[in-house]
Amino acid sequence: MSEATLIKDAVCSFCGCLCDDIDVEVEGGKVQRVKHACRLGSSKIMGHGRIESPMIRKEGVLVACSFQEAYDRAAQILLMANKPLMYGWASTSCEAGKKGILLAEEVGAVFDTTATVCHGPSVIGIEEKGLPGATLGQVKNRADTIVFWGCNPAEAHPRHSLRYSSNACGRFTPQGRKGRKIIVVDVRETRTAKNADKFISITPGCDYEVISALRMLVAGKGDNVPEEVGGVSKADLADLAATLKAAKFGAVFFGLGITHSRGRYKNIDNALSLVAELNQHSKFVIMPMRGHYNVGGIGQVLAWSSGYPMSVDFARGMPYFNPGETAACDLLARGDTDAAMVIAADAVSNFPRTTAQALAKIPVIQIDPYENPTTLLSEVVIPCAIAGVEAEGTAYRMDGLALRLRKMVDSGFPSDEEILIGILESVQKQRLLKANEEA
Amino acid sequence: MIIKGGIVYDPANGIYGEEMDLFVDQGRMAEQAKGEEIDARGLLVMPGGVDAHSHIAGKKVNTGRIMRPDDSRQGTQSRTSVCRPSTGYTVPNCYAMGYRYARMGYTTAFEAATPILEARHTHEELAEIPIIDKGALTLFGSNWQVMECVRDKDLSKLAAYVAWGLRAARGYGVKIVNPGGGEAWGFGGNVKGINDTVPGFDVTPAEIIRGLAKANEMLHLPHSIHLHFNNLGKPGNYTTAIETLDLLRDIKPSRMRQIVHVTHMQFSAYGGTSWRDFESKAPVIADYFNNHNHATMDMGQLLFGSATTMTADAPLEYGNARLTHNKWSNHDIELEESSGVVPMTYFRKMLVNAVQWAIGLELALLVKDPWKILMTTDSPNGSPFVNYPEVITLLMSKPKRDAEMATLHEQVPKRTTLAGIERELDWTDIAIMTRAAPARILGLQDKGHLGTGADGDVTVYNLRPEEVDASQDHALVKKALANALYTIKGGVVVSKEGQILATPPGRTFWVDAAVPPADADRLMLDLEDKFAKYYSIQLSNYAVQDAYLPHAKAIRAGLPVEPLPEVA
Amino acid sequence: MLATMISGRTLAQGAGCESKMSPDFFKAVALCHLSERDFKSLGLSEGKNVLLKNEFGQVVLTAKMDAGLPESIVFIPMGPWANVLVGKETGGCGTPHFKGLEVDVAATNSPVLNICELFSDMGA
Repeated sequence: MSEATLIKDAVCSFCGCLCDDIDVEVEGGKVQRVKHACRLGSSKIMGHGRIESPMIRKEGVLVACSFQEAYDRAAQILLMANKPLMYGWASTSCEAGKKGILLAEEVGAVFDTTATVCHGPSVIGIEEKGLPGATLGQVKNRADTIVFWGCNPAEAHPRHSLRYSSNACGRFTPQGRKGRKIIVVDVRETRTAKNADKFISITPGCDYEVISALRMLVAGKGDNVPEEVGGVSKADLADLAATLKAAKFGAVFFGLGITHSRGRYKNIDNALSLVAELNQHSKFVIMPMRGHYNVGGIGQVLAWSSGYPMSVDFARGMPYFNPGETAACDLLARGDTDAAMVIAADAVSNFPRTTAQALAKIPVIQIDPYENPTTLLSEVVIPCAIAGVEAEGTAYRMDGLALRLRKMVDSGFPSDEEILIGILESVQKQRLLKANEEA
Repeated sequence: MIIKGGIVYDPANGIYGEEMDLFVDQGRMAEQAKGEEIDARGLLVMPGGVDAHSHIAGKKVNTGRIMRPDDSRQGTQSRTSVCRPSTGYTVPNCYAMGYRYARMGYTTAFEAATPILEARHTHEELAEIPIIDKGALTLFGSNWQVMECVRDKDLSKLAAYVAWGLRAARGYGVKIVNPGGGEAWGFGGNVKGINDTVPGFDVTPAEIIRGLAKANEMLHLPHSIHLHFNNLGKPGNYTTAIETLDLLRDIKPSRMRQIVHVTHMQFSAYGGTSWRDFESKAPVIADYFNNHNHATMDMGQLLFGSATTMTADAPLEYGNARLTHNKWSNHDIELEESSGVVPMTYFRKMLVNAVQWAIGLELALLVKDPWKILMTTDSPNGSPFVNYPEVITLLMSKPKRDAEMATLHEQVPKRTTLAGIERELDWTDIAIMTRAAPARILGLQDKGHLGTGADGDVTVYNLRPEEVDASQDHALVKKALANALYTIKGGVVVSKEGQILATPPGRTFWVDAAVPPADADRLMLDLEDKFAKYYSIQLSNYAVQDAYLPHAKAIRAGLPVEPLPEVA
Repeated sequence: MLATMISGRTLAQGAGCESKMSPDFFKAVALCHLSERDFKSLGLSEGKNVLLKNEFGQVVLTAKMDAGLPESIVFIPMGPWANVLVGKETGGCGTPHFKGLEVDVAATNSPVLNICELFSDMGA
């Protein structure tokens, strides 16, 4: 057995915080200990149940096969389809994403990411208004006022407050938490709210109205604001507006609480406008709390490859983007796709059940380290190495900062990138074969 | 490869329109070669174009793409057996960047501004841009470590940091944008002039610029400092420009080149006290350049229509967004920089835009020595680079300029001197401004000329320079420049009559400068402290890894390196 | 009882979301959080189940009291159980309405379906 080795400053490939101070002890080819990571990160790095072999469904049952057989079957499915969907990409490296986009171009697929059931509305909001943002270190070093709106980092991004926001100390924020005002706006008193200086409870689905009222108050037009908006008293809103205007450096972090609620992208559009306007009075930035560790990265790769960050339809031979038409959920709901590849995501669990039902009617190829409900409906299942633990690559933090994921241990599984190359080569081979036969 | 019978413009080697055969062997210009013959008889032949300042890769460009799906929809082209799909006009996807430069006969382009912290992203995009060679300039102007070294007057530590930063970013040169302003913007402020103190750091922009210029020369870097002035884009800012240039007159260059390259000069040649009495001060700036030899510039020409402004001058972008009520992206980078992106449309009938258009042309026509001024649009700030043929034809044709002027706001002739300028540039001027000068200014020895050993980058345009009158036939010239007959990159025909035939990956240049170990050691103590206390990532994860430069070309510099021999 | 359903992340849901077939994930996610008052008014006690119904579907979940919730709001950790109640409409933006859905909540003695049972009718 090999000696224990210590990997310092590894990058955690779980959530959008992409913590890069993780120490990992490896012995005998296995991770033995993980230091500095949160519960979510350690659970992932320590490892747990895996899909053991590639499988192809035969007479209703998934049967083990070779990787090449799985690649060939996957390629065949993609080639037979008129408009395949290639969905997921949030929990793998940018390198895998690049190969996936190439494959999508090759077979004329719709390429979509988990952003569409997450911060997709934020992307559309940004298309409307732009994003006044900053790197997380800027918040750590400067912010004296932080608003968490419809997000709950205490449970979704456990080290966010310590490393980057509420409790972080920096050059102009030596007192850390003590020197800051923390405000939480949510429909329920979350763990994050319990640690705030001020919790503002709003009625579900009323974010747009509350933001609009704040914009009025910030602009000095409070006379037009009614006594209560979205379950919040005008006095509380006026207080909040005054606090925001008085900030030396303010930051708004927002989550699915506003992207998933009534108004969706319009909520984000409004929040972006509020932050832009606050810059007339103080310095303010805003940032979506991205969930999966590389959901931001695949958006970046897709944007520089195709011009658009999600929901790109390559069926026409050129990129086409129209969320609501080309997003995964819409395609499935319309029955407008006849095969799907689900990679580094669990579409069957995370889509509305009525949408997921459409996946049960078409051949599905799954590429994932772990068994999940998507496996239950898949025709081809290809297990992969875990990016960031068993494979190197690039990921982008929630603030858009690119970091290099380390490989901590060896794995018998191919990386997502290698699998996609295998399928791509099989597609090209089968196409050539067919062309030769026809000739 | 043999390129036969072209009318060759190779000003770096004293060749100004001579009929001759060119030879490319193993990717380089040679005395003799065999193989493929390119028939260029009577046609205009130049080295491959070199763009020394263009925003082609990295977070700002991608932010532009993400916030502008309207732009991505323009210029869409399908995938072919050779090409990936193209999208975008002002912010094209990576593939279109490479194809469009190649179609115009360009083989090299340098990304203008990359913060060290986000250099990994820049290199991810650069690696994805096909065909052209590239490099990225690294931002130092609002960097805490830089400002502290300048404040402490510790020049050798500053030089050590610049070398370390270039290595960490795999960067090519020292870019300075609105020095000190990026830090002030961290709390929503700005610096108002070169002698303003940067809040919290007890240094002035003037000190930062001088410090970095000296460090640049201590390191014998191939390129000089590359400067975006304070107060850029504001009426009356020509005085800041002159004041800043005067700061650098006494510094001795370590190589045969300028001490400072001023970028997109057009945006800093403004007179007036407000937009109301806004006017051109291009003649004053041009005079300064005509009478001094320590500075070069690029035009930053503005053209009417759609643009996407993107710069590390974040307060400027906030101003743009307030002025136009357009969407606004901002991105501050901890300890290093700030930046912004705002879409923009320039209008013929808007006086300010029309004057800006004229200023760029005045600069290029009034500066006598074409080696001092490069043709750029600060793409995509003034206009996307695909419009270079428009700029070139404006410079070559007085009738074209007059025809354009007739469509503009009537005040333009009063606010600028353009109407009275008769000069029309010739092919030698153009070959210098788009090839020879950018290569020399950047310090790229093997680019921008066709001497033996140079990169085998050659462009053949479907124009007969001995027959065509660029002044009258400007439409014909523009068409020919937009799609070269042949673009040859490293001895391979990559584009023919606008059709991409091959997509070799381009190389990425970066500068590896050596410094005395004692200075590096002193620096590391500072950096370890900064990463422990202030950065949001670990020092060990900071530098760009080799994996991100699959086709790297490192250029050595630093103290032990002998100065380069004189070029031409 | 009529209530507004919201779904969202929890620490336990996050820790289990890459081992969805495990009993831990089931325990962490097949839950319906109710305010103290709603919990009592429905006559629930620890370990009892509730049936949630709306126009899109119905699902049985284990009831859990949550002091942080206001009345008439129920919270379900995001995942396949919550998604039974979500419709496919995206309002033209690609993203379904995962939060703020109207549901009818009642106490029930029916069992909570495990992950395989939940998908058995889809041909899994």
